[in-house]
Amino acid sequence: MLSVENIDVYRGKTHVLHQVDIHVKHGEIIALIGANGAGKTTTLRTISGLLNPARGRILYAPGKGKRQTEISSLPPEQIVSIGVSHCPEGRGVFSQLSVKENLLVGAYLRKDNKIEQDIQSIYEMFPILEERSTQAAGNLSGGEQMMLALGRSLMSRPKLLILDEPSLGLAPLVIETIFNKLKKINTEGVTILIVEQNAIMALELSHRAYVLETGRVTLFGRSEDLALNPQVQKAYLGGE
Amino acid sequence: MDSGYIAQQLANGLILGSMYALVAIGFSMIYGIVRLINFAHGDIVMIGAFTTLGLMETAGLPFPLVAFGVLLTGCGMGILIERVSFRPMRGAPQVTGFIASLGISIMLQNLGILTLSAQPRNFSFPSYMQHILNLGPVSFRVVDLVIILTAFFLMVALIFLVQKTKLGIAMRATAENIDVARLMGIDINKTIMATFAIGSGLAAIAGLMWGGKFGQIDPLMGYVPGLKSFVAAVIGGVGSIPGAILGAFILGLSEVLFVGLLPPIYSSYRDAFVFGILIIILIAMPNGLLGKDIGDRA
Repeated sequence: MLSVENIDVYRGKTHVLHQVDIHVKHGEIIALIGANGAGKTTTLRTISGLLNPARGRILYAPGKGKRQTEISSLPPEQIVSIGVSHCPEGRGVFSQLSVKENLLVGAYLRKDNKIEQDIQSIYEMFPILEERSTQAAGNLSGGEQMMLALGRSLMSRPKLLILDEPSLGLAPLVIETIFNKLKKINTEGVTILIVEQNAIMALELSHRAYVLETGRVTLFGRSEDLALNPQVQKAYLGGE
Repeated sequence: MDSGYIAQQLANGLILGSMYALVAIGFSMIYGIVRLINFAHGDIVMIGAFTTLGLMETAGLPFPLVAFGVLLTGCGMGILIERVSFRPMRGAPQVTGFIASLGISIMLQNLGILTLSAQPRNFSFPSYMQHILNLGPVSFRVVDLVIILTAFFLMVALIFLVQKTKLGIAMRATAENIDVARLMGIDINKTIMATFAIGSGLAAIAGLMWGGKFGQIDPLMGYVPGLKSFVAAVIGGVGSIPGAILGAFILGLSEVLFVGLLPPIYSSYRDAFVFGILIIILIAMPNGLLGKDIGDRA
């Protein structure tokens, strides 16, 4: 579904990503773990078109058996339009827009008449959002903002959902709710690529994972294998 | 000084405030979305006034068509300024953008002097516009009424657009966070362009009104109303549209009352008074009356 092939990315003059190679198959949950500054967010921003790779390419097919197209140099709005939705780091809700307006922005490119219906199903998923639908999103708590950000990302009806640190700064109970929803969203056919610093949760949730260190992929494999890998345990799982 | 005189002054303040408001809205909208003050915004007022003159006296079009033509010209100029001086500077340090738009402003003024001559021109609306109406103690011309009603209509339409339409929501989202707006599929180039077009269209209409109200126009005429509308936008809280409108009416009313109620020897201090209000309000409320601390674009 998504093939990130040996991309090199610069931010200004800094060489951030070196030959990063990541492959996501239809229906998978893929985790990208690594320390601060390893290049996880940069990888996601490059996939969704906010940054462009200097070398390498990114291919994407909107579903099983669909034709792959190169998306490395497309602008973000075109990448959204073919089914990639990126829920950014720090949630990025529009704090001055109401909850409902945030959801409407998520459906910005849609021209069908099922938008209201989808808003209702987001409200069913997170009833608190319906209660607060007319409030400014800036007044929501951190957990509610995460629910809104996730709901907003789903409003574009993505085939591939990209999440950047959804657990950041949230209470364990809220994280559990969010992760359970992610599992459910995945079983409904949405492929997920998730970046997490919370490696334990990320490896539990995902099918496969990639470990990123200073801009390079150093390990990858099935999540349950990585969870037992001594190197990973030492660096990310707090084991000895 | 009877109540009729004061009512008359209030009406004059309302008219001046309406014109400031149409210009201040553009300053605020454009600042909100690109975090830059468009110094050339006041010169759109001048372009609007000369376009009115051209379409009315040279082309002899009927008045509603003239107004429509002026609106379109303003929109076009806004789009042009965005393309030439703002888009290439996107991501550059703020000061670069300020200087670029200051350059555009000086260029427009001098281009005006070069092609239209610095000589002020008389500007007269059709005679039915000059007709005087008496409403109790207050008397005003038809053109004054047209100014207030048009400005009111345009402001209501604008607020509807920004609050209720898809474009308006996209504009507010882009103003808050450009990167996230792009991740939602918003084409920010189009959104920014639309913001410049709408803000500049309103400023051009203000130019038409300015000419109709004061009867004389020249290529440098945009400078002072531009500056004062900028002050109005800052008083209201730059980036906020209701703030810009509120600031404009406060400024228009207090300026007229200052001149009208104090002995005539003080009237040449009106601009000092205007900036005095600005300073006092900013000391008390650094973000303006209705502004929020929206921060710089990273």
